[in-house]
Amino acid sequence: MSDLVTLFVGMALWCHIWAMLAGMDSFQATIDADGRIEPRDAMPEGYRKTLIRQIAQHAHSEIIGMQPEANWISRAPSLRRKAILMAKVQDEAGHGLYLYAAAETLGVDRADLLDRLHSGKQKYSSIFNYPTLTWADIGAIGWLVDGAAIVNQVPLCRCSYGPYARAMVRVCKEESFHQRQGFEILYTLCNGTPGQKAMAQDALDRWWWPSLMMFGPPDAASTHSEQSMAWGIKRHSNDELRQRFVDMTVPQADVLGLRVPDDGLLYDEETGRYSFSEPDYEELYQVVKGNGPCNQQRLANRVKAHEDGAWVREAAAAYAEKQELKKEESAA
Amino acid sequence: MSDLFEYTLRLGDDALIAAQRTAEWIAAAPQLEEDVALGNIGLDQLGQARSLLQYAGQVEGVGRSEDDLAYFRNERDFRNLQLCELPSGDFAHTIARLLYFATYQHLLYEELRMSSDETLAGVAGKAVKEVAYHVDHATQWVLRLGDGTEESHRRMQSGLDAMWPYTAEMFASDDLVRRLAGIAVDPSTFADEWSRRITQVIDESTCSRPESSYQHDGGRDGRHTEHLGYLLAELQHVARSHPGATW
Repeated sequence: MSDLVTLFVGMALWCHIWAMLAGMDSFQATIDADGRIEPRDAMPEGYRKTLIRQIAQHAHSEIIGMQPEANWISRAPSLRRKAILMAKVQDEAGHGLYLYAAAETLGVDRADLLDRLHSGKQKYSSIFNYPTLTWADIGAIGWLVDGAAIVNQVPLCRCSYGPYARAMVRVCKEESFHQRQGFEILYTLCNGTPGQKAMAQDALDRWWWPSLMMFGPPDAASTHSEQSMAWGIKRHSNDELRQRFVDMTVPQADVLGLRVPDDGLLYDEETGRYSFSEPDYEELYQVVKGNGPCNQQRLANRVKAHEDGAWVREAAAAYAEKQELKKEESAA
Repeated sequence: MSDLFEYTLRLGDDALIAAQRTAEWIAAAPQLEEDVALGNIGLDQLGQARSLLQYAGQVEGVGRSEDDLAYFRNERDFRNLQLCELPSGDFAHTIARLLYFATYQHLLYEELRMSSDETLAGVAGKAVKEVAYHVDHATQWVLRLGDGTEESHRRMQSGLDAMWPYTAEMFASDDLVRRLAGIAVDPSTFADEWSRRITQVIDESTCSRPESSYQHDGGRDGRHTEHLGYLLAELQHVARSHPGATW
């Protein structure tokens, strides 16, 4: 009898290993054919972990990114601008929601990911550790930061992981609206009073370099890039995307009549591309390490909102449980 | 100052100041879904404020825009209910205010749809659907918090009690609304219905309806709490720093 059990267990184990191996074959075949991996498909552990890290970091960036902009909702200088800004920050909360949902398809849950953000184990985009000091910063964030995000994210719409790719299609549509509204804020400032125009130039001066650094370290120093490229998670290198952003943005600065704060900026007639100075990556590393102007403030605000809301979430859970019990009692 | 201008200003200022307070929760709510929900509600309130203030400017007829009215009037010129300007407090205080205020707005806008003033009727027709959702959202939370945990029950009761002394002001009738019969809604006419609806929600939530207490007033005459000055200082600061600028 026990032999029979051993035989069954043995067979079951073999079937499982065989299925896994077959699954891995089909994983690689799907990647090679530029297809989409779906939540129930077999996938290497490293692929799953890389995606969780990236999608969580992306979701965290959306919700931390609400803060520098929410900072100006109460002071937006016209009611129309106030309404647009509220809608934009609300969009970002929505992006956070569907990115956390995409991460959850990989077998983690939002509460755990938030804990990892709050304890500093997972990061968010360093750009949100810079302060929004004037109204023009709201324009600069839309134009530059959302502009850079679009350049980063459009290729992610073709990412090999289906739920992430589909979330990005929707995110990108909304981001392109955000970018246009940011540009429009600055366009209005640049065609306004001298004080308004100076405010716009000051915002560009402060946000230009941090925006270039949104594409990450230079290719030579990028740690996760190679494997992510092979898995079809990443499609272009950091430096390629940075170049694309500069080529797209400099002519827009010309339309605004603003000066890009880079003495090394040069247009190459032949290639139609700009050469530009290297950002100060030491600053990026410092901000990543936690030494940016707002790292502590952003995280503290997030943790405070979460902790202040704990009793509310507990109440909702307790209420739901009570309702469930009542339902069961009335059914019995 | 015309009666219609003054009346429209009351409704517009209520919505504007409520929106300013609601928006404080964006990026600070207890969970992400609530950032979205309160963002929606704040946007609805702001949308109502814009339509009403724009119309008030037209009625006044001296060329003031919605922004002129929002950004370049002082505390004593604002006509909103004191309830709207009170600090948001904790989540339960915010929800208590939303229950009281949105239920009031819902009853008001239902009636105002029948106004002989086409613009007010139009604004009310759109807004009544929005505030129905606000009432529902507040109701769901009052139930969850009231009948959730001991702590949430205590906080919900405290929120309901703290906002209560500012509720009677909503139903104060005066000569202005009587002179505008057919155009304006006399809020005293739906005070009982408001009370019935609120009591039903509070009873179901296992909280107690606050005892009748001293009731504050003055908002409709421009006498406010100290809180409004700070709220306006923040709201108006950038616009006033650049007089004549467009944004």
